[in-house]
Amino acid sequence: MSTVQTWVTGFTAHARSSAGAKLPWLAATRQRAIERFAAEGWPTSRQEAWRHTSLAVLEQQSFLDAGKPSVAQFAQQLRGDEPGHWLVFVDGRHAPELSDVGSLPAGARVQSLSEALEQVPEQVEAVFGNELEGSSTAALNAALAADGAFISLARGVELDKPVHLLFIAASPQAASFPRNFIVADAAARAVVVEHYAGQGSGASLTNAVTRAELAADAHITHLKLQQEDAQAFHLGAISVEQAKGSVFNSHSMSFGARLARHDIANSFAGDHCETLLNGLYYVDGRRHVDHHTLIDHARPHGVSREFYRGILDDTARGVFGGRILVAPGADKTDAVQRSDSLLLSRMAKADARPELEIYADDVKCAHGATVGQLDEDSMFYLRSRGLDETHARNVLTYAFAAQAVDRIEPPALRSKVIAAIRKLVPGGASLGEF
Amino acid sequence: MLSIKDLHASVEDKAILRGLNLEVKAGEVHAIMGPNGSGKSTLSQVLAGREDYKVDSGSVQWQGQDLLSMPIEERARSGLFLAFQYPIEIPGVSNAYFLRAAVNASRRHQGLPELDAMDFIKKVKAEMKAVGMKEEFLYRSVNEGFSGGEKKRNEVLQMTLLEPKLAILDETDSGLDIDALKVVADGVNRLRSPERALIVITHYQRLLDYIVPDFVHVLAGGRIVRSGGHELALELEERGYGWVKELASQEKGAAA
Repeated sequence: MSTVQTWVTGFTAHARSSAGAKLPWLAATRQRAIERFAAEGWPTSRQEAWRHTSLAVLEQQSFLDAGKPSVAQFAQQLRGDEPGHWLVFVDGRHAPELSDVGSLPAGARVQSLSEALEQVPEQVEAVFGNELEGSSTAALNAALAADGAFISLARGVELDKPVHLLFIAASPQAASFPRNFIVADAAARAVVVEHYAGQGSGASLTNAVTRAELAADAHITHLKLQQEDAQAFHLGAISVEQAKGSVFNSHSMSFGARLARHDIANSFAGDHCETLLNGLYYVDGRRHVDHHTLIDHARPHGVSREFYRGILDDTARGVFGGRILVAPGADKTDAVQRSDSLLLSRMAKADARPELEIYADDVKCAHGATVGQLDEDSMFYLRSRGLDETHARNVLTYAFAAQAVDRIEPPALRSKVIAAIRKLVPGGASLGEF
Repeated sequence: MLSIKDLHASVEDKAILRGLNLEVKAGEVHAIMGPNGSGKSTLSQVLAGREDYKVDSGSVQWQGQDLLSMPIEERARSGLFLAFQYPIEIPGVSNAYFLRAAVNASRRHQGLPELDAMDFIKKVKAEMKAVGMKEEFLYRSVNEGFSGGEKKRNEVLQMTLLEPKLAILDETDSGLDIDALKVVADGVNRLRSPERALIVITHYQRLLDYIVPDFVHVLAGGRIVRSGGHELALELEERGYGWVKELASQEKGAAA
């Protein structure tokens, strides 16, 4: 059982053997984090942010500390021949033999967290974060995180190939707690892909936290592709702090897992920040996916664009909660939020809740949400050109998803997402060939 | 080819077509003109199979089959084509995919092998040139962000690719400048053949200068109140629709 007590009891042994166990600041943070988790337990639906997402099924599962499964072939298959700086993690632990960071420009660091704790503990300490951020699930990550990725870019450094972080849940009932860091100094640029995949690992648990700190004019594109097994649990949090003129583009593509929760929090600490939060999810069966976003427009002239799309079939459930906070004085804020859900079955359900809190006067904020079926006019048009009803439905379903994919830049990042969608949408193999 | 007998149709319990009769033979071009609200668009939608319209009585024979019992896509595959008055925008579906899917659905129906992407692109590029469409329109989403004229050209492109036996043009001329109108008319005229028929629905006679009809029908109050040759269109242009409406209300009175 994944009760709170199980994790708390296991913590002591874990803390002793984890990477960075000898660092006093880390030991202290871990200790405080497990104490918060012990006190709060798993989030419950009594908490507003978790109203629609119950972790009761997760609590009934037991998870094990994984052995060393063989995943070389699977990893290679996922990697394909895509160029990039590759870091591979198996059940949450860095797998150096599968990784291939390649050559990096001077001033760039792409390594595992366990390595970074050995080599540059003070740099990790500066960005590690603490137990108070996010839900108690994020505190559990802070307590148990033993590995992850550490990416840092010095002033003006630009990576011309993406950083690919591949997380494979390989063992049945494996629980992993990756904690990733993206630290971009002024005007640095990079594309970072986090891909979570399951190798028939059944009811595994991934509790992942990614923290990004962008200095002035830094530009980071982040793509998270969640393709865990249909019985898996995925709890993810991304928190971003942006300085003046920086741009953070997030693409959250969530297709797998029995229960997936993504918290994305973005804070504009300087003027003229920009962010795009682009999300797409597809759930069927009895699966459940929940995105909660928070954009804190703390400073003036910030631009945020938020587009979430969900496709829900069978008795699946999708939740989107989008909070936009415009602080006093954050004038010329320009925020747009949209959430569109496509229901393919009568029993599927989508909840969308925008939450705008605006304390500045001179702002543009627009939001809208739709929940509906396929457009009848479009169905008629396609059928009037000879496409049968099933084909027309599939084309329109694919098209609904494709609109989120089209926002992904650079376009080279789209192919994996498109492949994932083609696997999910009925008849998808032949769709979207042009 | 197409035989419409005493067709009555309604939308949301409002009778729109009230006893419409029309015979169309292969090789003929029929123009249907009429004032707004006379039922022109309803006729085209009913023939294409739009489910929002309810057929209350009457029959439509199409190449010896009962058209009204055929699903939308069967009508299309058997050679009936409707050029939409307001073509639908479909974000996320590339025009190329859409056009190829349509062409291959028709080819499958005819027992022909499907065209692969290469063969299709070759074919479509030639046709696009003929209707004055730039190649980039292949890779844009269907009709999305197209101007009115571009949408209509795209309809004509679909028509020329699908080579229908009967094409119904529903106010294809509306919103077109004279150059676009000529391009559209050229596309339609290239399709004219002894095996094909056309129904041109229009409010204005202008298009009929370029697509000269064999027959002109005046639709008013849900039925055809006058039929004649091309000269009838010219007469309408000159006299307006006022007298037609009068005629329709007189007939209704007489029928009652």
